[in-house]
Amino acid sequence: MGHDTQVQAKSKKQYEYDRHHNAVHMRKQVINFAIMIFLTFLAFAVVVADFSAYFIKPVILLLAGVQVVLQLYSFMHMDDKKASHMGVISTFVWFGAVIAFTMFLTFLTIIWW
Amino acid sequence: MSSAAVTNKKGFGATLWDYLTTVDHKKLGVMYLFAGTLFFAIAGFEALLMRLQLMIPNNDFVSAGTFNELLTMHGTTMLFLAATPLLFGFMNAIVPLQIGARDVAFPFLNSLGFWLFFLGALFLHLSFFLGGAPDAGWTNYASLALYSPGHGIDFYVLGLQISGAGTLISGINFIVTIITMRAPGMTFMRMPLFTWTSLISSALILFAFPPLTVGLFLMLVDRMFEANFFDHTMGGNTIIWEHLFWIFGHPEVYILVLPAFGLFSEIIPVFARKRLFGYSSMVFATILIGFLGFMVWAHHMFTTGLGATANAIFAVATMAIAVPTGMKVFNWIMTIWGGSVKVTVPMLYALGFIPSFVAGGVTGVMQAAAPLDYQLHDSYFIVAHFHYVIVGGIVTAIFGSMHFYWPIMFNRALSEKLGVWTFWIFFIGFHCTFFIQHFLGLMGMPRRVFTFQADQGWDLFNFISSIGAILMAIGVILLVINIIITAKSKPLNCRDYWGDGRSLEWAIKTPVPFYNFKQTPLVRGYDPYWLEKHEGNKEGMIYAEPLGDIHMPNNSILPLVMSIGTFVAAFGALYHPDGKAWAIPVLILGLAITVGAMIVRSVKDDLGFHVHVEEVIATEEHLYGKGGNK
Amino acid sequence: MEETKFTPQTWPDKPEQATMEGKNKFVGIWIFICSDITLFASVFATYLSLKDKGPAGMEFSAASLFELPLAFVMTMLLLTSSLTSVYAMYHLKNHNFKGVQIWMSITVLLGLGFLALEIYEFYHYVHLGFGYTQSAFSSAFFTLVGTHGLHVVIGLVWIVCLIVRNARRGLSLYNAPKYYAASIFWHFIDVIWVFIFTVVYLMGVLG
Repeated sequence: MGHDTQVQAKSKKQYEYDRHHNAVHMRKQVINFAIMIFLTFLAFAVVVADFSAYFIKPVILLLAGVQVVLQLYSFMHMDDKKASHMGVISTFVWFGAVIAFTMFLTFLTIIWW
Repeated sequence: MSSAAVTNKKGFGATLWDYLTTVDHKKLGVMYLFAGTLFFAIAGFEALLMRLQLMIPNNDFVSAGTFNELLTMHGTTMLFLAATPLLFGFMNAIVPLQIGARDVAFPFLNSLGFWLFFLGALFLHLSFFLGGAPDAGWTNYASLALYSPGHGIDFYVLGLQISGAGTLISGINFIVTIITMRAPGMTFMRMPLFTWTSLISSALILFAFPPLTVGLFLMLVDRMFEANFFDHTMGGNTIIWEHLFWIFGHPEVYILVLPAFGLFSEIIPVFARKRLFGYSSMVFATILIGFLGFMVWAHHMFTTGLGATANAIFAVATMAIAVPTGMKVFNWIMTIWGGSVKVTVPMLYALGFIPSFVAGGVTGVMQAAAPLDYQLHDSYFIVAHFHYVIVGGIVTAIFGSMHFYWPIMFNRALSEKLGVWTFWIFFIGFHCTFFIQHFLGLMGMPRRVFTFQADQGWDLFNFISSIGAILMAIGVILLVINIIITAKSKPLNCRDYWGDGRSLEWAIKTPVPFYNFKQTPLVRGYDPYWLEKHEGNKEGMIYAEPLGDIHMPNNSILPLVMSIGTFVAAFGALYHPDGKAWAIPVLILGLAITVGAMIVRSVKDDLGFHVHVEEVIATEEHLYGKGGNK
Repeated sequence: MEETKFTPQTWPDKPEQATMEGKNKFVGIWIFICSDITLFASVFATYLSLKDKGPAGMEFSAASLFELPLAFVMTMLLLTSSLTSVYAMYHLKNHNFKGVQIWMSITVLLGLGFLALEIYEFYHYVHLGFGYTQSAFSSAFFTLVGTHGLHVVIGLVWIVCLIVRNARRGLSLYNAPKYYAASIFWHFIDVIWVFIFTVVYLMGVLG
């Protein structure tokens, strides 16, 4: 830890730029949050509105999928290409998702009563 | 700590304390190796008892109940508590050296992983003394296990839960180590194949062990806390266990065999004295096997009645795995082809491995054909198949690598002469035991039977098989004798024992100091050490940094304390269904110990310590004489 | 070892990944989350195959049992707590330790609210006779939602430990990766909840 940490003071310009950048980024996060709240609200509304189940099920699953991608890529910063080894990490995450999907599929089809 | 490395002799107590608290990957590798060997011997002994029972028809050497316990414990121990730790031993000892790291990414977790595995294994084996071992097969199918009387299954569930947590922790540790701690210049496509296979096999651990954890948890609450996951009268379904178990169980086979492939991919180029043929296709095949390994689990359940469509899909996926595996086999052959081959003991194991493993692979493709599998299912053909894969693939890799890596791990070399004897006796014994079982299976002998009637045409073949098992046991005893003799032999104090080492681990002089390379090496290509030798670099490697202070992690007793906590808690859970008043308090006490140790760990900063340049130089002089590691 | 004191001017861009240990923790928590994905996939899949299954003549079903208003409030609490931990990470980047502590504390309060509602919900079901041992459906439901609840508890304990332990120390490159890892874990809990409220509650009410 010792010798790979370099303390480097930022120039005033750089500092202000970074501050601004962080603030803009935070604003984006709040917008994403608003979208997520909206999607959640929509999902509940669709169910309460009592449409046909064949319509509701795919729609709310889609909404959940979108919301999860938003969480992963904005709140959890998977969109941050400069983060160390993000490529490997997203490979692992998506491979986990593929396995999860396979499990849902098989447990719904080839476990019978 | 640093001064401890310089002082020579230490008392027994200090040495013991050192091993109980160590976070050094090399020491943990040795501990894994010995713990694995212990459980390998126990499980091998169980196998021998089973073969003695089946030597002649209508035998009553062991009872039917004992036989069930033996077959269950043999399978469980061999897979979870022998093969896994033995391979983890090599991964711990070699991978950080191969990538030029000081230690693994999380040394504390590395130690925790070992102790969880060890205490889980110990817990499982206590079942022999506390009212009977598990007896529902290593697959522990719920319809059987749920109604097994006594505590055997509970020991299985809790023991594997604990040791499985340890394995998962180690798996995560290795993934992070390999991703983040590679030496400068060591790109992914310059990583030695053992590191690659360790990475992929750790990734399989990562994704496969949680389903096992969940499966075991469901079994635990069903048996001990009256849940209803597998009880059909309450709406449960036993097929869930089969799925969860095999979602774990099939990748588990690849978790074991991939590092074995990696070990052979290290051994073969060294003794063929040629670059590994088709490196990038080897990497690709490894990844593909890892991926496909997750998509085929239901081929263990063809006869459950999944329906033609599901069976067809899983059959085709299973057959597809033969393609990358075949690529690997051809690459090994092409590496040997035209090389100037030195037939040492490790190479002998490699040469024996290729045909044996291919035989196991081919019978695997036969069973992948679902209609044929209906005939072969639960017969000795299956037993022959998976022993060809596991003994022919994994055990040969472990034995061969013991000879191969002993100089790095212990600074001693195992006897070649004894090694050749071991190989031939073990190898002949292995084929003698299992080749004939293919035919027993085709003749209709079911697996997991404790005895059989005479005059069905099975008598002679079973007898031959048992003789083979005795030969295998003699081979293993010879190996142990070899290890004991070697412990008394003179230290090697050399670099590149085999003379043809190619990857980084051979560039370091033995005994390996606790901080590994004194300066992080610079990797300039695939087979970095061979590259430097080829260009006449006398120093061994080019280094990426000047000689400086080295940052190392602190030792800690907390991993052992945490593991003991889970061990204690497991007893509480185990005796809960007996209505013992102390069961729940003991469960809580155990968990409190674990959680307490975790809180201590998180509250106390662990910043590690620095080995200063002077100490590094002193250590090097102490180990190698004046001039240090040159 | 002497801790380096930082000011907002010298604070690195990615404090959580500025040291080797930080990088390892960052990659480590992600890799752990990947294994958690299959853990939840397993309990989820088990729930899906045991939904509404029970002894003959069981009176409970997902459609009759679950109440959307409660699930909606719980969702809102957890979703908001996810945003507050994003705020904490924003202040972490700006080297504003007070901001980190305050927003993390708000996250904990929201998490506690969620947990309280979940306990109330479980209590309510058990009161109705829908206990853990009542049927395969009940076992699967409590295991799935309970596993999530356990993750919430672990996350809360983790974050509280961080807040208390570092209260007087300020930000350093030693504890920044710890805060970051805890916040990633907290987001992951929210990701899982998105699936739970969709698949268990919303699709449960549909029958």
